[in-house]
Amino acid sequence: MATTEAEGLLNEALSLVSDADDSRTLDQVRVRFLGKKGQLTGLLKQLGALPPEARREAGQAVNRCKQTLESAIAERESALARVDLERRLKAERIDVTMPGRGHEPGGAHPVNRALDRILDIFNQLGFAVATGPEVEDDYFNFEALNFPEHHPARAMHDTFYLPDGRLLRTHTSPVQIRVMKSQQPPVRIVAPGRVFRSDSDQTHTPQFHQVEGLLVDRDVTFADLKGLLANFVNAFFEDELEVRLRPSYFPFTEPSAEVDVRWRNADGTPGRWLEVLGCGMVHPNVLRNCDIDPETYTGYAFGLGVERFAMLRYRVNDLRLFFENDLNFLRQFR
Amino acid sequence: MKISYRWLKQWVATDLNAEQIAEKFTLAGLEVDSVEPVAPPLDGVVVGEILSAEPHPDADRLRVCRVLGDTEERTIVCGAPNARAGLKAPLATLGTVLPGGLKIKPAKLRGVHSEGMLCSEPELGLGEDSTGLMELPDSATTGESLSTALGLDDSVLEIDLTPNRADCLSARGLARELAALTGAEADGPEIVPVAAEHDDTVSIDLMSPDDCPCYIGRVIRGVDVKAATPLWMVERLRRSGIRSLGPIVDVTNYVLLELGQPLHAFDLAQVQGGIRVRRAGKGERMTLLDGREVTLDPDMLLISDHARPLALGGIMGGQDSGVGDATRDILLESAWFNPASIIGRGRRLGLATESAHRFERGVDPALQRRAAERATALIIEIAGGEPGPIIEALDRERLPVNRAVPLRLARLNRVLGSLLSGDEVVDILRRLDMTVKADGDGWQVTAPSARRDIEIEEDLIEEVARVYGYDRLPSRNPGGRLSIRVPGEGELPEASLRRQLAARGFQEIMTWSFVGEDELARLELLDGAQPLANPLSRDMAVLRTSLLPGLLNTAGSNLRRQHHDFRLFELGTCFSSTGHGFSETRRVGLLMTGHAGTEHFSGKPRQLDFFDLKGELEHLLELNCVKGKVVFRPLSRAWLHPGQAAEVLLDDQPLGWLGQLHPALVGRLDWPQSAFVGEFDMAFLARRQVPEFREVSRFPAVRRDLSLVVAEDVAVADVVEEVQRRGGASVRRVIVFDLYRGPGVEKNCKSLSIGLIIREVSRTLKDAEVDALIEKVIAGLQSRFDAKLRG
Repeated sequence: MATTEAEGLLNEALSLVSDADDSRTLDQVRVRFLGKKGQLTGLLKQLGALPPEARREAGQAVNRCKQTLESAIAERESALARVDLERRLKAERIDVTMPGRGHEPGGAHPVNRALDRILDIFNQLGFAVATGPEVEDDYFNFEALNFPEHHPARAMHDTFYLPDGRLLRTHTSPVQIRVMKSQQPPVRIVAPGRVFRSDSDQTHTPQFHQVEGLLVDRDVTFADLKGLLANFVNAFFEDELEVRLRPSYFPFTEPSAEVDVRWRNADGTPGRWLEVLGCGMVHPNVLRNCDIDPETYTGYAFGLGVERFAMLRYRVNDLRLFFENDLNFLRQFR
Repeated sequence: MKISYRWLKQWVATDLNAEQIAEKFTLAGLEVDSVEPVAPPLDGVVVGEILSAEPHPDADRLRVCRVLGDTEERTIVCGAPNARAGLKAPLATLGTVLPGGLKIKPAKLRGVHSEGMLCSEPELGLGEDSTGLMELPDSATTGESLSTALGLDDSVLEIDLTPNRADCLSARGLARELAALTGAEADGPEIVPVAAEHDDTVSIDLMSPDDCPCYIGRVIRGVDVKAATPLWMVERLRRSGIRSLGPIVDVTNYVLLELGQPLHAFDLAQVQGGIRVRRAGKGERMTLLDGREVTLDPDMLLISDHARPLALGGIMGGQDSGVGDATRDILLESAWFNPASIIGRGRRLGLATESAHRFERGVDPALQRRAAERATALIIEIAGGEPGPIIEALDRERLPVNRAVPLRLARLNRVLGSLLSGDEVVDILRRLDMTVKADGDGWQVTAPSARRDIEIEEDLIEEVARVYGYDRLPSRNPGGRLSIRVPGEGELPEASLRRQLAARGFQEIMTWSFVGEDELARLELLDGAQPLANPLSRDMAVLRTSLLPGLLNTAGSNLRRQHHDFRLFELGTCFSSTGHGFSETRRVGLLMTGHAGTEHFSGKPRQLDFFDLKGELEHLLELNCVKGKVVFRPLSRAWLHPGQAAEVLLDDQPLGWLGQLHPALVGRLDWPQSAFVGEFDMAFLARRQVPEFREVSRFPAVRRDLSLVVAEDVAVADVVEEVQRRGGASVRRVIVFDLYRGPGVEKNCKSLSIGLIIREVSRTLKDAEVDALIEKVIAGLQSRFDAKLRG
């Protein structure tokens, strides 16, 4: 009796399970048949009224039906979950070719980009970074650097003056003096910074940036200077460019040289010589001005124009673009 | 300095061509800027001689000339006003192609056949005088090619000399240098003393012998100032960039180029009494050769007679005392002026003359007499006249003399890193005309008088190095005894800040360190602005006191270029000059405008506001663990919105300011949108905390949220601070997650929702402990702000 009834309920339940197409309906089926007050559960409760023999048999039958239904529900549940997931995945499908969300990236100014690269290279060679003020006095900018008063070399520096006679430094060389006055050799520094000349045309801006280098120690020679600069140029331009030193004149170095780099034509063949920096052996008067004995120590110094290197490296054809700050220009270098 | 290749070659035996000489010079420190042919190819242009010139029957302006050229007489129609019988002028024969591309063909001009063309200077690319035909001297050979007649198969080297090489400001000096570089011999013009033909002299008083210790004069009577300067001299002058101005001036200019000695010729009739070389009196005036009347300073040197100034010594002659059309007798001047007495004076008067250029850099102090003899000979050869004796005023002790400079071979090789031998060194020095005497392990070396730049051992080392060749000297790779010097970890390098800002979308800019006074005044930033004594222009007249003007200018120009969403930063020096002194500070300026994020299909981007910029600053401070307590306080500044501006303090020191631009300023700038700006002191921003380990809690955190109502004027930062203070160390974070005004909240009050993250390092907090902590916090907020708890 109970067995027949259980099987009847099972059949009914199985058909409801297979008809359920969402987890809520399926849950209702579970509650109706298997819940605390469920119909199959109810059958089990009624078994107590049966004689022991029949009770065991009927109990086994009802439990069998219960298990069958439980596994059918579980199976159906996981099938429904699969469908649900598929439906969700389908609904969540996006066009991955659509643009990402974000903001406009920033960037360093190309002159500073070149500067940072230059400093990185010299840092690797053991040069520490030193800085000095942009407003200097005559002593540091000229006199201590062996520019005699009334010397044509001064006239070559078109100097901006303040009314009290101080001036905007015309080069980063005053940092040499400041460092050597505060530190005995060995001295091994690079000094980056802004410098000023009262000159403004297609190839001159009234401000620009230099990196000064200075190495003073025992037995520093012109050969070291040549080797350093050739290594630097090759590292900066990532190319084995021909480098030549050509005699020149700066009051604070002797011997002095301009450094030319043999540029490459578009087809890779050697092209024009381009002047890229000035250098020389530190003049004994400069060492003496800093209380360093030129018989014991020798040194070299060099100065390079950062804009010049940035122009060559990134192939910028007009110096003035660097100070116009047009975003269409600046954003090319980020 | 421009010099003709042929002129150099005349004095130095060399097979090198002009380009090769240029290379030699450049690699020896005499930088050659250009090598240009003196004339374009002029095949077919010959010296033509006009035999007759008749008016054209049908044209007033034209003349019909019979011209003798290379082969036969031709008829040529010509419009030049100076076409006249007897004139020799360049003739372009039939078939010639002129430098401008014009091909000469037979032509019929108003009915008259013309077979060739008589040419002006510009038509041949030889000069600028287009007023008429180029006039050739009578001595030119008719029919000879113009190129041969003028020696046009030549190049001009333009040399950019460094100021120490005054000795190369002449053909003689350059020839000597070339000889030293090539090992060839150099000679110069033969200088033979010219004997006096009369006894006329003038008195010369060296009244300021430190400025001028040597002054040589010579009277030459009866010169013909109308005589023609010979073609070779005109051409050499032209090739060095000097125009022919008459025989006397031409000779003085020629000797200046040839020997490097500036000379001057006075009209003797204008010299009253005698020559006095003296300093100018205060306020003394004179009219210069160029017609300008100038007021002189007491540090300027004058050549005067007993009545008035005749010339500005070493710089320029006077208008009245120079050689003119009526001059018959001249006084030639050849002097040595002290460079320190000349330098800067011409510049002050706006004069840059060949003479001053040389005296400033130092003329050979042994040259004056020889230059006077050379000029005398040339003047007499060209313009005739009878020379008097050389008049020499000399204070020999005040003339500089080159002393022997010691040179040690070991030192030379130590500086250069080379292995040069004594023989090599001596050979190079001798080629440079130096006197070399052995002295122990080295030498005593005396430079020739023309070299004013050899004073110490290093000068000699450079001479040896450059003649030997910098390219031949050894090169050594970097090395040496390194000591590690890196910036401390507690210091934020500018390069790092630059990268951080770039990653946050800020584009770096570089603006001028100078700004206009008006611009600063408009922004009320003029306080402490340091003016320049010699600014380039009004809008670059003072040093910037802030990065703000540069940011505003850049933002403005980019808004006009149709950029609307951008972030800018600049890292730079600002200057301030106050009663307390002058200071330079490195600052970073930020500006952001437009939207947060780019336009996107998913939704409209939000407009930026104050908290975007503040968030960027907070981000930087946290990212770099900047040391110290940061406080934001309302601020009033002319350029900022009064309700959206804050001062930032770091441990009570001013770190900077930030805010929205004042709407009135945005209106005045005519911008379509506002912007948020800030400026911060790098010295504070770069103060990083080096991290130090703290125990990590392994126990769970508890979050409790509070909603409270406080008066509108209570600053949220104060509330947060009170929560931290009352809650103690176990309150790890305080989050402000809601701010509400409106229904349900009293007027003039606001509702704040804050979350407390509470955690202990060593144990799990019990509910009762948390409750007690919250009670303490609430009590504190009630007593300090009269805060009320909401629902």
